[in-house]
Amino acid sequence: MSLLHRIEHAGDALSWRGDMPTQGRYTAGVAGERFFRAIKESGQFLATICLDCDITYMPPRLYCEQCFAHLDEWVEVDPEGHVHTFTVVHQDLDEEPLPEPRILAFVVLDETDGGLVHYLDEVEPEDIYLGMPVEPVLKEKEERQGSITDIKYFRPVTGAA
Amino acid sequence: MEEFVYDAVYLRREDFEEGRVLFETWDPNAQYAWDAGVAIGRYLQELKAGRLIGRSCPECQRIMIPPRMFCESCFCATDQWVPLEDTGTVLTFSRCYVTWDVIQLEKPKMPAVIEIDGASPGMGILHLLGEVDPGLEIGMRVQAIWKPPEERSGSITDIAYFRPLEPSEE
Amino acid sequence: MYGNGLKHSGKRSNQRVAVVGAGMTKFVRRAQETAKELSWEAAHLALQSCELTLDDIDAVVIGTAPDAFDGVHMKSEYLSDGCGGWGKPVIRGYVGGGTGVFAAIQGWYHVASGLFDTVLVVCEEKMSSCKPHPQAAFLTIFDHTTERPLEPNLLWIFALEMNAYMNRYGLSKRDIATVSVKNKRNAADHPAALLGDPDITVDDVLNSPVLAWPVQRLDVSPVTDGAVALVISASQVARRVTRKPIWIEGVGWNLDTSYWTNRDLSYPVYVEEAARMAYDMAGITEPRKQIHIAEPYDPFDYKELHHLEGLMLFDKGQAPRAAADGVTQRNGDLPVCPSGGLLGVGNPIAAAGLMKVAEIFWQLRGEAGARQVPGSPKRGLAQAWGDLMQVGTVIVMGV
Repeated sequence: MSLLHRIEHAGDALSWRGDMPTQGRYTAGVAGERFFRAIKESGQFLATICLDCDITYMPPRLYCEQCFAHLDEWVEVDPEGHVHTFTVVHQDLDEEPLPEPRILAFVVLDETDGGLVHYLDEVEPEDIYLGMPVEPVLKEKEERQGSITDIKYFRPVTGAA
Repeated sequence: MEEFVYDAVYLRREDFEEGRVLFETWDPNAQYAWDAGVAIGRYLQELKAGRLIGRSCPECQRIMIPPRMFCESCFCATDQWVPLEDTGTVLTFSRCYVTWDVIQLEKPKMPAVIEIDGASPGMGILHLLGEVDPGLEIGMRVQAIWKPPEERSGSITDIAYFRPLEPSEE
Repeated sequence: MYGNGLKHSGKRSNQRVAVVGAGMTKFVRRAQETAKELSWEAAHLALQSCELTLDDIDAVVIGTAPDAFDGVHMKSEYLSDGCGGWGKPVIRGYVGGGTGVFAAIQGWYHVASGLFDTVLVVCEEKMSSCKPHPQAAFLTIFDHTTERPLEPNLLWIFALEMNAYMNRYGLSKRDIATVSVKNKRNAADHPAALLGDPDITVDDVLNSPVLAWPVQRLDVSPVTDGAVALVISASQVARRVTRKPIWIEGVGWNLDTSYWTNRDLSYPVYVEEAARMAYDMAGITEPRKQIHIAEPYDPFDYKELHHLEGLMLFDKGQAPRAAADGVTQRNGDLPVCPSGGLLGVGNPIAAAGLMKVAEIFWQLRGEAGARQVPGSPKRGLAQAWGDLMQVGTVIVMGV
């Protein structure tokens, strides 16, 4: 005997509404605290290095995920990088159209083995190519909060090939 | 084993409030619309009509509340709707003085598990007690106090609370 | 009503499995570390404790509770690199508070199956990320349609269960409060403890504010952040890695119906079922004689007692008197929660149970320092519990 039940009248379908009233508060973490403070205070980008595995982590991490070593080699890196991949986003989380489309990219920072996901601006989508050199544009120091949004966006490096 | 205990960084509430530690916040705004389903759909309809209803299992013969379309013990489909009384017995209760986010309540809420007359022994539902102080005891006989029909919406709160049954009401 | 007469298969594995290493973080109220960093802190210490590296690990088991606590979807995948899971077979189990022991059981069957030689088991919880209070996630355990409209509080379930238990056997709060005192005092000797207190008294507990009668503030364990990790190996490897492998002799787990209001709340049948499964496997016929140390799950003081009875270590309704008489003190006939338990060390949901398994490991090796139970105990058990008063998870270990 099947337990499938067909609703004959739309008014018979009942649903109960409710929510899960949680909010998240995420610490930057031990490594993240140092990374974001450096951007906030001095516009510096820091990475950590695993000497055994020869990996330069961006964002910097407390430990190497491959050999599990504790990472305490911190280095400043040039934040220039290149577009590894990108997309143009047209809708928000509720599937409503954005006031204007935004370009999101994964930017590999050239002096590291990692990179950052962030917006691209000062460029039209049709002019972007994979491998395009970009640099970060930071907020003014007084406006920075120690957040990924202290970087406003990445833009093409002017004068690059 | 002390050398294998890592000294995690202990933060105080003030560290957040005074900006000594960096953090991000996010509100997932998680909202849901849960289908009532066949069994609870009918349960809610009956509540709106001022009645409690259960469901019986053809194999173990249990009469179950809340009603369900399958018996989880025999793992077979339940087969009959069984009208129940709106009286019962307090199996356990509490007096709660705080909200879930730890705010003090002026008047305590009194949740209880109430075994419903007409269902199998031990078949309880969660609800609230009212008009009980003093003299609240496990084993107390109670009666559902219904909201007036125009205020009912097809919800477990169509019963406002259960109160002690007068001996004459048995 | 449920579970009586359940027959266990009596099966056991031919592969002997041991715990060979353990590490943990301090249990703190709010950690600066991200959840990943907490995981790594415990996991790398566990490896250090037995001088193994990530290369020696064949698979990883992660235990972590609701994604909503850390506020990260697919939390186990997120934690995995901190748990040593990069490039390895990884699995996550989650049975609420039962997870801490269940993760050790999963580690066990990874090895007992013959598929893997050495497994890293990591349990982590960062509850401080969940605002305004972890209850915002917890309270969704109540049925959304038939219970949440009553605006419940998670404390209700415990208060209702505690009252049913006390009423059934005529128990006093004074006897039950001795558990909170014992555990918080025991925890004063645990280097990772959040709430160790060598001076706490029964009157302190009985005078603490009433939250949901009969539950008072000092009957309850705190919201906590922390992580614990174990290394589990097949016997061939275990004997090379350490001179004192602690053998996993029996495991059991059992889940009761989610219709908690249809159950007899005065007795945890599902703990008994899990215990029977573990005892059968371990060849234990007289647990009261053959178990020398017990770490039952103690998120509330009465739960330690409720669980001790479910574990069949005391008769129904008798555990409180035994506790009040000192039987369960570290120097008593059956030391219970020598670690200090959740009440004393802390309660990061998934990690708490694994802390108990680690304690049995350290105790049986004579490495528990100031907490060491006298008399060279040879066999112990850890038990955890979770969900809607639903799951029992039990592990029996021996030298």
